[in-house]
Amino acid sequence: MNKQEIPVQGISRRKFLGASAATAGIGIASGVSLINIANAKPLDEPVSNDQRWGMLIDANKCASGCTSCVDACNTENGLNAGDEQLSRQGQKAQWIRKVELRDKATQHEISLPLLCQHCENPPCVDVCPTGASFKREDGLVLVDKHTCIGCRYCMMACPYKARSFIHEELLNQLEDVPRGKGTVESCTFCVHRLDEDTDNRRDPACVEACNADGHQAIIFGDMKDANSAISQQLKKHTSKAIRADLKLNPGVRYRGI
Amino acid sequence: MKYLHMMLAMLIVVLFGSTTIMADVPSPTIPKGNAEKCVLPTEEMRVNHMTKILHQRDETMRKGIRTEQFSLKKCINCHVVKDDAGKAVSHKDERHFCNSCHTYAAVKIDCFECHASKPNARKKVSATAGGKD
Repeated sequence: MNKQEIPVQGISRRKFLGASAATAGIGIASGVSLINIANAKPLDEPVSNDQRWGMLIDANKCASGCTSCVDACNTENGLNAGDEQLSRQGQKAQWIRKVELRDKATQHEISLPLLCQHCENPPCVDVCPTGASFKREDGLVLVDKHTCIGCRYCMMACPYKARSFIHEELLNQLEDVPRGKGTVESCTFCVHRLDEDTDNRRDPACVEACNADGHQAIIFGDMKDANSAISQQLKKHTSKAIRADLKLNPGVRYRGI
Repeated sequence: MKYLHMMLAMLIVVLFGSTTIMADVPSPTIPKGNAEKCVLPTEEMRVNHMTKILHQRDETMRKGIRTEQFSLKKCINCHVVKDDAGKAVSHKDERHFCNSCHTYAAVKIDCFECHASKPNARKKVSATAGGKD
């Protein structure tokens, strides 16, 4: 009796596993269920590396002289709220800046926003002596200000000049964006917006502002989700990473540069 | 009769004595929160609030877990203390909820060097976009 039962159980279990694998396959093929899984993160669950947030910036659509993204970032994160009275302009916190470039040979001008590139291999994380500069599972490169000692090694290591140091006591911080004297900070892809549950999750402020102005120069999304707008666009057209030679694999890609 | 007098006298001494002791020992005046009850029993929060928010701090920072129970933002929103003009006081004010006890216990905290010490809902910020007060 027993000898007969064991193989029967084994077969049925295999069949069961096979059947469940097939259903999983169908789920992936349809695509729809995958999108939902990728975006649905309840508040009590940790972020995972099933996602990687990324940005595709089209320099052809970025208007010269327009600073909507910069202004939106400052407002959203409470930068330049009037606290930094003694700092020079170049010392004040700036998470996203506009860069205008001109090709000397052709006089062709391009305009683009430059921000933390949220590298896959971030040099700022490599050099941090306390582990304050870290990469989150979903690809965001952040500063844990609780452990940041303000040594600014990360600022020296970053090839994109993306980080700022706070020189003065701040009093007007926003409740979603803690910032303080003696720590380094940079673009967070508006992490407080991304961490909201599925219904309330919003794109970063700069993306919203660019779209609201009708430029639509920035596409934001999950680069690991094959059906996301950003993945589709990256697949369709050529895009470039700034300083690709450093092999940092940034999460911010550019077109038209 | 004699004993009754003595007992009354003792009772008076005990009663007055205890009130004078109460008045001599300074105790912090802790402002009440705005909700019906705290996220945990008050006694537990008094002893353990720091470990709760420290744990939540790392969960939020490193893993993106933003549950509301031990969120500092929620603490600040519920325990807001308003001044005579009806404006929320900051951590610079001795009436601030955290200050009321931390000053008494001589415990210096640096949470509010970075975190907002009074509620500032985002709606207000976007309404004054461009020109901040």
